[in-house]
Amino acid sequence: MLKQTEGSRAVAETVAYCRPEVIAAYPISPQTHIVEELSRLVKSGVLGPCEYVNVESEFAAMSMCIGASAAGARTYTATASQGLLYMVEALYNASGLGLPIVMTVANRAIGAPINIWNDHSDTMSQRDSGWIQLYARDNQEAADLHPQAFRLAEELSLPVMVCMDGFVLTHAWERIEVPEQAQVDAFLPPYEPRQVLDPDEPVSIGAMVGPEAFTEVRYLAHAKQMRALEAIPDIAREFRQAFGRDSGGLIHPYRCEFADTIVVALGSVLGTVCDVVDEMREAGVRIGALGITSFRPFPLEAVRTVLGNAQRVVVLERALAVGIGGIVSANVRTALSGIRLDGHTVVAGLGGRPITKDSLHRLFTDAIAGRLGQLEFLDLDTELVERELARMARTRRSGPSAENILRDLGSNR
Amino acid sequence: MSAVQQVKFYQVGSHAAGNRLLAPELRSDQADPGRCNALTSGHRACQGCGEALGARYVLDAAQRASGGKVIAVNATGCLEVFSTPYPETSWQLPWLHSLFGNAPAVAAGVAAALRAKGRTDIRVVGQGGDGGTVDIGLGCLSGMFERGDDVFYVCYDNEAYMNTGVQRSGATPPTARTATTQAVGEDPGAPFGQGKSLPLIAMAHEIPYVATATVAGLRDLEAKVHRAMGLRGARYLHVLVPCPLGWGTASCDTVRIARLAEQSGLFPVFEARDGEVTDVTPLRRRVPVEDYLRPQKRYAHLFEPEVRTDVIARLQRAADRNIARFGLLAHKEASS
Ligand SMILES: Cc1ncc(C[n+]2csc(CCOP(=O)(O)OP(=O)(O)O)c2C)c(N)n1
Ligand code: SF4
Repeated sequence: MLKQTEGSRAVAETVAYCRPEVIAAYPISPQTHIVEELSRLVKSGVLGPCEYVNVESEFAAMSMCIGASAAGARTYTATASQGLLYMVEALYNASGLGLPIVMTVANRAIGAPINIWNDHSDTMSQRDSGWIQLYARDNQEAADLHPQAFRLAEELSLPVMVCMDGFVLTHAWERIEVPEQAQVDAFLPPYEPRQVLDPDEPVSIGAMVGPEAFTEVRYLAHAKQMRALEAIPDIAREFRQAFGRDSGGLIHPYRCEFADTIVVALGSVLGTVCDVVDEMREAGVRIGALGITSFRPFPLEAVRTVLGNAQRVVVLERALAVGIGGIVSANVRTALSGIRLDGHTVVAGLGGRPITKDSLHRLFTDAIAGRLGQLEFLDLDTELVERELARMARTRRSGPSAENILRDLGSNR
Repeated sequence: MSAVQQVKFYQVGSHAAGNRLLAPELRSDQADPGRCNALTSGHRACQGCGEALGARYVLDAAQRASGGKVIAVNATGCLEVFSTPYPETSWQLPWLHSLFGNAPAVAAGVAAALRAKGRTDIRVVGQGGDGGTVDIGLGCLSGMFERGDDVFYVCYDNEAYMNTGVQRSGATPPTARTATTQAVGEDPGAPFGQGKSLPLIAMAHEIPYVATATVAGLRDLEAKVHRAMGLRGARYLHVLVPCPLGWGTASCDTVRIARLAEQSGLFPVFEARDGEVTDVTPLRRRVPVEDYLRPQKRYAHLFEPEVRTDVIARLQRAADRNIARFGLLAHKEASS
């Protein structure tokens, strides 16, 4: 049904139609509206039978999901930022145990300094956790990715994160086609666990594994993710047949044919990027964009095919790998190994800083003109950071940079 | 004969107390050759491991109480490591291990799944060592209590982190030597005034059932498991399980040492409902704490090079306080 609704709400409703049997809930901005809405849907009987459990922490939330999933229930939770990091130990455990938990992450920066706004620092930190990671471009896709995520998780016995940009998507009101129960039921069969805790057929899950088999177990975890490279497009194709919408899949190339310059990005920024690409194409610039939906598994082949003929690639990073630069670009570089082209990492939109069309125009123009370095920070206040760097060089007691910068900003006004 | 009839014998750790002399319905679960044997032999526990003993007692009783329909969730620790060396398992019942600090939450998740599926016949037992329970898992355990999740959680208390090589936990008693409370300096061993009593913390949550037990009181332990399994909601059992390796005791002495812990008053055995103590196991034969401390190498520094009468007296006062607080001599001041 087409509705004018909030992103979080559309996600919550779609999740409810996926009939999770256990939901572990813990609030954190900007994810809160999702669990709040689910609480309403369960309490009012729209979704049931479902155990909606208010837990005492994200670590408990993921732990509860592990127990519930191992006991054969379709299981869901949602989190963001510090909450995601608070569950890290359990995240690795969930994937190691091959439990098909689905979790929405409303992407948000990680402190310190504390910041509630959007970037991808949280999920990028979990790129090696063994979870499949799908990034939504808009709220329609955010909602649509959930039935697909459950299908994928349960077909492969792997947990899946659906990543949607905090506030930019979660709190945005848009016209969204929210699926109907019958449609989702037809697309998503009931969960049939591979291995389940059952007194009639007792199994031990979570045994200790030593050096003689650990490598093999890890290899198989990798192999399973690689299988997702086929399952993800298959499921997206089926989804298109059932719902008539293009959502999910591995990648989304946009006007990449005969493009000299291709901009790679994940998530909601793709909307702005594509607008800029349109404008520049109209001005005769051969530019395109490549959206990556499946960051884990990383679609090396697909990315290589799209980018292989370009002259330069600009990767927009919504997170920073401190001490090296870009996270997504490192993966893109792997995809392009052996291919010579200009590669630029641009760290942009950290902690909710808007990525404007103007900035992107300037950025892409600079890239094409050969004025872009290997690692750039979009819209960086260079004067401010130079002053702090100078201070750091002067004194051994430079103090926390955030506070120093605030003082500088204050004295400037 | 009704099942509540008091059985008048005392296990003395010898062959004298034969369950076989009793009518079958009065025999302990362990005396039944047809018991389920939840934790089979062949695991890698040290000889005389109190935790292996305790876990088998508890789970066999839980299985019997629920007609064999139990799912066990285990925290990381000795019990988990020695029972599931890949590719083997000692568990005869469905068993799940996730992490060191999350067993109560994982168990709560299993319970939630069963509730969602309407499976009221299958029961959930969570279990962990004292480290997994009183320290790293306390948050999850408190959450489980607070929500009243339908889980029976059992802590096997060997008073330290044994699996990682005998380091202190929040349940390590004062003066005990561990790898992180070494027997050196002016006040050797664990300091006085630290640590916590999880049974009392559990009681503060006013959950339906809290109890303590030791592996020396098999019947008492089994009875408590049966009572706990007869209730719903969050239930807690704290079992003292001596560890020959960590405590420095002979592997044949596990049950005797556990009994001395109880009979000295250092480990009060009681039962509580909805936050109130409802029953205690009175000391049958009160013993001075010294009798309990002496056979254990973790307390050797209290006896050599000189006998630390001051410290032993302080421990005796702690035992006396327990005896007074729980009324462990309610009926008779037994002579020792
Ligand atoms: C997060 C985390 N920290 C530390 C450890 C290492 N570790 C494993 S078992 C254990 C101690 C277990 O002690 P306890 O719970 O008392 O059980 P026991 O081995 O004594 O039966 C520790 C510290 C771990 N597995 N995970
Ligand atoms: S170290 Fe202690 S608790 Fe661990 S197996 Fe040995 S006796 Fe049991």
